[in-house]
Amino acid sequence: MSIKLEHVNYIYSEGTAYEKHALKDICLEIPHGQFVGIIGHTGSGKSTLIQHFNGLIKATDGVLYYNGENIYADGYKMKELRNQVGLVFQYPEHQLFEVDVMKDVCFGPKNQGLSDEECEVRAREALQLVGLKEKYYDRSPFDLSGGQKRRAAIAGVLAMRPKVLVLDEPTAGLDPKGRDEILDQIAYLHKQSDMTVILVSHSMEDIAKYVDRIIVMNQGQVMYDDIPKRVFSHYKELERVGLAAPQVTYIMHELKEKGLAVSAEATTVEEAADEIMKALSGGKGERDK
Amino acid sequence: MSMIKTKKLIFEYEKRDEEGKVIGMNRAVDEVDLKIEPGQFIAILGHNGSGKSTLAKHMNAILVPTEGTMWVDGKDTRQEETLWDVRQSAGMVFQNPDNQIIGTVVEEDVGFGPENLGIPTDEIWERVEASLKAVGMIEYRKSSPNKLSGGQKQRVAIAGVVAMRPKCIVLDEPTAMLDPNGRKEVLRTVEELRRREKVTVILITHYMEEVIDADQVFVMDHGHIVMQGTPREIFSQVELLKKYRLDVPQVTILADELKRRGLDIPSGILRKEELVEALCQLN
Repeated sequence: MSIKLEHVNYIYSEGTAYEKHALKDICLEIPHGQFVGIIGHTGSGKSTLIQHFNGLIKATDGVLYYNGENIYADGYKMKELRNQVGLVFQYPEHQLFEVDVMKDVCFGPKNQGLSDEECEVRAREALQLVGLKEKYYDRSPFDLSGGQKRRAAIAGVLAMRPKVLVLDEPTAGLDPKGRDEILDQIAYLHKQSDMTVILVSHSMEDIAKYVDRIIVMNQGQVMYDDIPKRVFSHYKELERVGLAAPQVTYIMHELKEKGLAVSAEATTVEEAADEIMKALSGGKGERDK
Repeated sequence: MSMIKTKKLIFEYEKRDEEGKVIGMNRAVDEVDLKIEPGQFIAILGHNGSGKSTLAKHMNAILVPTEGTMWVDGKDTRQEETLWDVRQSAGMVFQNPDNQIIGTVVEEDVGFGPENLGIPTDEIWERVEASLKAVGMIEYRKSSPNKLSGGQKQRVAIAGVVAMRPKCIVLDEPTAMLDPNGRKEVLRTVEELRRREKVTVILITHYMEEVIDADQVFVMDHGHIVMQGTPREIFSQVELLKKYRLDVPQVTILADELKRRGLDIPSGILRKEELVEALCQLN
């Protein structure tokens, strides 16, 4: 279920005064089962990029292959693609509309033409996956708390059993616990169901904690595409394009500058603590290994 | 006189079923007593649904108390006669910059507030210029707001509030939708306003790192104020904060982890410089 983009360009309102070259010559491949993070300042092209993944936006130029098939070829079943690549937009809870949570989550599978029984089976499964308790299933989605609403909305996409799940800032506006809960749940899903997960986020700490690979977008181009450690080692360049590294990365760099024998690569609290302990025990930790 | 003072403030709203019949009452704010002095930087933390936005909306009389009283700059927000004074004393900035900008040119958007106050044209332009300077957006005065980044739009929204010369600015999650740079820009702007214009700042946020410079932090849960203190006092109670669905800055988590592993570092570390300093002394 890989996604492959070859020289993809996208221009908004071509030929008008509002013309904007939003994506420039993007080449990348996301193999099946990866957990990928996409970061970039507002207007860098992240959202335009992810809308290409399920064919909501058609490239002005270039080709997108899903599973080796050119999705722009004549006769390609776009509906099939949209069933397989599920997109969770920013503030997905604004799209809740049904009278109760169960009906809302059933909406997707119903549109896939499944029977009522099958829809309910899938909806239950999806609601369990996002950790929403059974007592909420017959409540109005509008009576739920912010975090619960968001889970219900994500369940609506999961109920379609996508092979690829794309989430655009799924934690914006949630409290810290809500943030952790949603991301832990997504990480669990990724591990359990070998789904490809693509996460767009403004929180560098979250990205560092969860993903295997980071794609950094800047002015419509891919600026970096690497494992988190290596991407965040460019923290000065990242700052120049409106981003940052996780707080711990800064601490490690400062410690190194002050002469502590740490590697500045740590991007999570655990890694940083390990490094600091190692350095302060004078390399003893190293020998013990 | 306190900038903001509440006495046993209660706010209730009706819960309705599908047909619109009232099926009960929900208490969003429950007997809150607080006092905010002029020039203070106050942060309000709390999980989604804890009542912080409802409380904030009382500060410029978008909502009025069901029971109890709210005074803004000494004026009871329930008094019709002084309603406009209250609204002028306390300005609000919300989460989504796109919902707050109405003008097609930055300077016109900023001038909208003072224009509605009936201020003479010359003075409006003076205020527009001063406010745009205060938020560092003067070079964009002729730009179209939709060409700006999220952080820039949010600064224009703040300038729009500043142009009304409020004594107090209430910011309800102003950085939730912004990228790291946008967040930094907005926070720097707020800090500048407080330092130079002596505006009272009330910041509501879910980002713990943003409140470490506050004079006082209030933590809300179920409509009550459950914790109150300096950032150091608040963030030294990690377990309690977790119970309220909150967190501490990443530096504090790292410092706690290192302490747990046996390093001798002081508690209540909030800034990366403090941790670096403490660790260098151990080396």
